[in-house]
Amino acid sequence: MADFLQLFISGLATGSIYALAGLGFTLLWQTSGTINFAQGEFVMLPTFALLAFSAIGVPLPAAFALTCVLAVVVLGWGFKRGIADPLLRFGSMPVVVATLGLSIALRNGVRAGYSAEAHPFPSLFGDDVFRIGRVAVTSVDVGTLAAALVLVLATQAFLARTVTGRAMQAVAQDTTSAVVLGIDVPRMIFYTFAINAILACAAALLIAPTYLAKFDMGESLGTKAFFAAVIGGFNNSRGALLGGLVVGVCENLAAAYVSASYKDAVALAIFIVVILVRPQGLVGQRVERKV
Amino acid sequence: MTPKLPTATVLIWLLAASTAHAQLKIAVIQELSGTGATAGTNFKNGVELAVKEINAAGGILGQKLEATIDDTQSNPGIAKALALKAVDDGAFAVFGPTFSGSMIVSMTQTRTAEVPNFTGAEAASLTQQHNPYIFRTSLTQTTSMPRVALYIAGTLKAKTVAVIFVNNDFGKGGRDTFVKAAAAVHLTVAADISTEAGQLDFSAPVLKAKQSNADAVFVYTNEEESARCLRELRKQAFSKPIIGETTLAGQRVIELAGPAANGVLAHVGLTAEAPIPAVREFRAKFEKAYKYVPDHNVIKGYTSVYFLKAGVEAAGKPNRVAVARALHGLKISAAKQPGALMDVAIDDNGDLDRASFIVQVKDGKQQVKEVLPPVAKF
Repeated sequence: MADFLQLFISGLATGSIYALAGLGFTLLWQTSGTINFAQGEFVMLPTFALLAFSAIGVPLPAAFALTCVLAVVVLGWGFKRGIADPLLRFGSMPVVVATLGLSIALRNGVRAGYSAEAHPFPSLFGDDVFRIGRVAVTSVDVGTLAAALVLVLATQAFLARTVTGRAMQAVAQDTTSAVVLGIDVPRMIFYTFAINAILACAAALLIAPTYLAKFDMGESLGTKAFFAAVIGGFNNSRGALLGGLVVGVCENLAAAYVSASYKDAVALAIFIVVILVRPQGLVGQRVERKV
Repeated sequence: MTPKLPTATVLIWLLAASTAHAQLKIAVIQELSGTGATAGTNFKNGVELAVKEINAAGGILGQKLEATIDDTQSNPGIAKALALKAVDDGAFAVFGPTFSGSMIVSMTQTRTAEVPNFTGAEAASLTQQHNPYIFRTSLTQTTSMPRVALYIAGTLKAKTVAVIFVNNDFGKGGRDTFVKAAAAVHLTVAADISTEAGQLDFSAPVLKAKQSNADAVFVYTNEEESARCLRELRKQAFSKPIIGETTLAGQRVIELAGPAANGVLAHVGLTAEAPIPAVREFRAKFEKAYKYVPDHNVIKGYTSVYFLKAGVEAAGKPNRVAVARALHGLKISAAKQPGALMDVAIDDNGDLDRASFIVQVKDGKQQVKEVLPPVAKF
C-alpha cells in the first residue's frame, strides 16, 4: 500500500506540472476560442528569461517580475499583434497552424541563441524531503501541487466572477454580440494573451526545477498538457488540473505495474477514450457553437 | 601576351591547389541538440580546443586542420545524412556522433568512403563489426563493465544489484554487457529496470529497485535522466551504494542533480580530476577558454584529435587509408604526444586500452578513489 501511495503522490506532483501548462490551453479556449500549440514553448521562453536575469545577478523575485513584464510584451502583445490579430478573423485553424510553426521557431531560436543543453533551475520551495509513514514527499512536489491548485482556482474565479473575465468569455463566444454590448473586444483579446503570458511565467517558475531548463522542454510538456486539458475539459480551468493529475498518476502506475515502455502512451490512451466516450472532458460542459 | 596566359593560369592553379592541400578537413558531427546535447556539445568543445592548439603549433605534418561542425539533433537519420555530406565534402576524418544509435547508422558512410571515424559512443557492438575505419575515444562497454562489476562484487562486497538502464542503444548495450560481467563475478541482478529517454518521473523505477532489496543499484542512463534518477533515489532515501559508469558522475549530472549526486560512485574512463599532471594542465586550459569544468566527453573530443595527429604522424603522410592502418595497434605515449593526456593503446578493432578510475562524488566534485591500470604494456 505504501508503494502505491508513493507512486500516487509522485504522480500528483508530475500531474500538477502538466496541469500548470494545460491551464494556458483552457484559458485561451475559453476566452479566445483558439488553441495555442506553442503553449509549451510559452513556458520554456520565460524559463530562459528567468535564467538570463539570474545569470546577471538579479534576485529571483525581481527576475520573475521582470520576466512577467517581458512576457506580457512579447508573448502577450507580440502574439496578439503578430499572430492573433491578422489570423483570428479567418477562424481558429490558421492560428493553430501558426502556433505550430511558432513553437518550432521558438525552440530553435533558443537553441541557437542561448544553449541546447539542460540547465539546473533553483526551486522556490527548497529541496526538503518529508516522510509520511513510508511515503517520501519533497517540498517541491507539495509546493507545485499547491501552486497549481491556487492558480487554477484563481483563473476560474477571475473568469466566472469578474466583469472582465465574463467579458473575455463573451468575446470568445460571440464577438459581434460583444461589440453590440459595448465590450472593448481588442482590449479583451489583449487581456487574454497577457494573462496567458503571466500564467506561463508562473508555470515556468514552478516547472523548471523538475523539468530542467532546456530549449525542447516545451515539446513534451505542451503535448502532455494538451492531452491533460482535453481529458479534464477544455472549457473549464479545473479540467486542466483534473486532467493533469489523472495523466500524471496513471503514467506512474502504468510504469510500475505494466511496463515503463508504455508510460508515454498512457496520456494518449486516456485522451482517445475520453474523446470517444465523453468528448467534452471529465468536467467540461457540452457547448453548442454556431458554424 | 599569348604564351604568358597559360603560364599565369598554371601558376594560379598551382597556388590554389597548394592552398587547398594545406588544409586537412575534419567533420565534427555531434548531438548539439536533443537528448544528446550535453554529450555532443562537450565533445565538440573538446575538438575545437585541440584544433586550435594543433593549428597554433603548425598543424599536422605542416597541414592546418579545418573543422566543420554539424548538429545531428540526436537523430540517427540526420547523423547518417551528415556523415554522407562530410564524405562528399572530402573530410579527412569524422568526429562523431556520440550516440551509439546514430553511430551504428552513420559509420557505414565513413567506412564506404574509407574515412577514419572517431566516436565517443560506447556501445560494444560498434567495434565488433570489423570496421577498419572506426576508432573509439573512450573505453568500450566491454572493457568498462567488467571493471564496474568487479568493483561492486569485490570492493563493495555486494551479492545482488538492481540495474536501472535507459531503453536506447547506449543503455541496452551497457545493460547487456553489465549483466554478463556481473554473472562472471557471481553478482546476481535482482531487478532489471528499463526507463525511457527523456523520462521525467523516476519514482516507479526507484521503487522497483528498493523493492528488490538489492545490495547496490547500478544506474546507466543519459545525463538528464541520470540527474532525475539520482534526485528520486535520494528522495526515496535509497541507502545502498549507487554506482554508475562514467555518465552518472559526469560534471553535468553533478550540476543538474545538485546535492543528490553526493556519494555516488562511478567507474570513469576519463576525468578532469585524474591525478595526472597532463590532465590537470588540460583542465586549466579548458576552464580558461570555456569557463566550466570539462567532463569526460570534452576529454574524449580533445584527445581524439590528438589520436588523429598521432595516426597521421605514424603513417608519415596524410592519407586516410594509411592513417587508419597506422592507428590499428598503435601505442600512443603521452610523453611523446602530450595531447593524448594518458598512455593509450588502440587495438585492431579500434578499441582503446588505458588506465581508468573509480571516483566518488563529494561536495559536488569527483574525487578519485582508485586508479585501475591498463591491460596493455607501454
